[in-house]
Amino acid sequence: MTLDSEYQLVDLTAIHSEGTDSMSEMARDRVTKKWEVFAGRNRFYCDGRLMTAPNGGVFLLTVFLITGTCTLFFIYDCSYLAEKVTVAIPIIGGLLFIFTMSSLLRTSLSDPGIIPRATPEEAAYVEKQIEVTNSANSPTYRPPPRTKEVLVKGQTIKLKYCFTCKIFRPPRASHCSLCDNCVDRFDHHCPWVGNCVGRRNYRFFYMFIVSLAFLAVFIFACAIAHLILITKTNDGQFLEAVKESPPSVIVATICFFSVWSILGLAGFHTYLTTSNQTTNEDIKGSFASKRGQENMNPYSQGNVCLNCFYILCGPVTPSLLDRRGIVTDDYRAEISRPVNAEINQPIKSYGVAVQNGPTQVTMNSTDMPGIYRQTTETTGMYSPLKKHLYRAQHIIPSKNCASQKIIPSQAPLLPPYDYNTPTRKPAINPPLEVFKNSRSLPQLKTLSGRPTSPEPANYPTLRPYTPPEKRYSANFGARAPPPAKQRPRSCVYENVHVQDEFCMNRVRSDKVMSLTPKVKNFPTPEFSQMYIQESFE
Amino acid sequence: MSNHHNNGSRAGETEQMAPSQCLKVFIQRDYSEGTVVKFQTRFPQELDGRLERQAFEATINRLNSYFAEAENATCSTYCEGCLACLTAYLIYICKETHYEKCLKKVSKFVAEQNQTVYEPRGLKLTDPSMRGLRVIEISCLDRPPNA
Repeated sequence: MTLDSEYQLVDLTAIHSEGTDSMSEMARDRVTKKWEVFAGRNRFYCDGRLMTAPNGGVFLLTVFLITGTCTLFFIYDCSYLAEKVTVAIPIIGGLLFIFTMSSLLRTSLSDPGIIPRATPEEAAYVEKQIEVTNSANSPTYRPPPRTKEVLVKGQTIKLKYCFTCKIFRPPRASHCSLCDNCVDRFDHHCPWVGNCVGRRNYRFFYMFIVSLAFLAVFIFACAIAHLILITKTNDGQFLEAVKESPPSVIVATICFFSVWSILGLAGFHTYLTTSNQTTNEDIKGSFASKRGQENMNPYSQGNVCLNCFYILCGPVTPSLLDRRGIVTDDYRAEISRPVNAEINQPIKSYGVAVQNGPTQVTMNSTDMPGIYRQTTETTGMYSPLKKHLYRAQHIIPSKNCASQKIIPSQAPLLPPYDYNTPTRKPAINPPLEVFKNSRSLPQLKTLSGRPTSPEPANYPTLRPYTPPEKRYSANFGARAPPPAKQRPRSCVYENVHVQDEFCMNRVRSDKVMSLTPKVKNFPTPEFSQMYIQESFE
Repeated sequence: MSNHHNNGSRAGETEQMAPSQCLKVFIQRDYSEGTVVKFQTRFPQELDGRLERQAFEATINRLNSYFAEAENATCSTYCEGCLACLTAYLIYICKETHYEKCLKKVSKFVAEQNQTVYEPRGLKLTDPSMRGLRVIEISCLDRPPNA
């Protein structure tokens, strides 16, 4: 603040400029609403009152198709049919159209039942509880994905842990990877509607598809009736009728193609509603009878009518996100508070300078020398990452870490890979003995047949790699712990996922491995240049 | 669609925020009866000695009863739902849903319990609506976080 006082001494005469400064400061101090700091990928409109999924393109197509078809219908068919048949036709059509559009807008613009993410203290509390249950295992044995089993009305249901939201998901909730939120009673993410369909907007979605089915059938019937009536007046010349009213043909065609899929969808969702299941559960077959063992749906009310009533007219929670609340400093501190974490101390012979006691780890800091084990999530399920290349060159704090254990590696240490040296060869001509013996990267064995250029003298012969027994694989946990070898005195941190653009490009071009497209939807781990290493021997 | 009744911050939110950097105990949800909102009545170890079990259980049971009332699917809630559907959900501009009324009762109850039972013992309850109905957060105001 001494700078300010110096300024004042120098600039005493400029009083009017000071006044404008304070005015602009007031303008800058505008109120931030909570939707602006929302953690998920939703888009908000009307100052937080309306919310949709990130990609709204297909939703606009839906709106355009429905309004376009109905406009053509009202202009061309209704005028004819209103005089020749009855005035009720445009009225019914109009009511159906209004009901359909309002249900569509309700589905698209409302909160589907998003579960807010855990506060840092909550996440730490849950972590501690999980650590307690896993403390029996040795520090080098990575525990399997986190699940918790609960008894729901006598049936055992597994609750999964969501690494993004840091909560154990309630039963029937699921994490939507497109919107990056956990949604309660998650049905599916509908691109046509431009939003997730969950507990709070399922009834609007159901009303939308049922009314759209009625509307499509109605318009189709009216358009065909129109054409037939014209044909009759033209003495049986269908082509003449078409020439007289071409939009009717367009309307009839669009309706014909859409009726099948919409009727099918409406029927499917009617079945789901009567049995009180979600699309997610139906696809996974959670409550289907398997091999004589009948899995009862514990959430069902027992009766078809009761199920329908409960889902369509039952009580619903208000939005759990306070979108339009004002962000106070307390709130900001709450959501981005440093988490007090105790780093588990490995065996001391590794010679790592681990701090004693809890260390402060901030979520947003990039210069924190803490090392984290970082995990990524695939559509809500914790799946082993079999196809990533492990080249842990630069290791840094990750924002998405599940816990902060330091796992000492058995790999010998290497000097850090220097991207800036221009003479450095591209990454993937490594000695492929690493991959030849790999059990979790079988596809790369073919790479070993390629001719590799002679390595420069200072090229490292071995890269930090994860030994096969430590990698994520489908037989997770089934491998025996590695035999005790003499461990180096330094530590390389492993189980770190690196998305190295260069090597990914190379891999893609080789077409040896096909990366699942969902890789693109992961939050990219952000890496800094920090790397802790004791010695190179 | 939009939560018309929360045009600004929720009522009393700032005063209900617990201070940072103190020990917090989280009472998790009990899913034995399905997805209805219900909290576990198991007494947490960290509160041993600070709070009587009976007071704790009374609070939790009362909260559970409020939530059960909110989620109870009676004839009147069905009628309300049907009426809302028939009016294209426009009545929610004027009227509050049954659930919202019950949540307001819960807020009032939590504030009252804080005043009478918890704050004299150096504890503070946080309304579960503030935590997305996931947990009931009890802050021990005079203990540092890692105690």
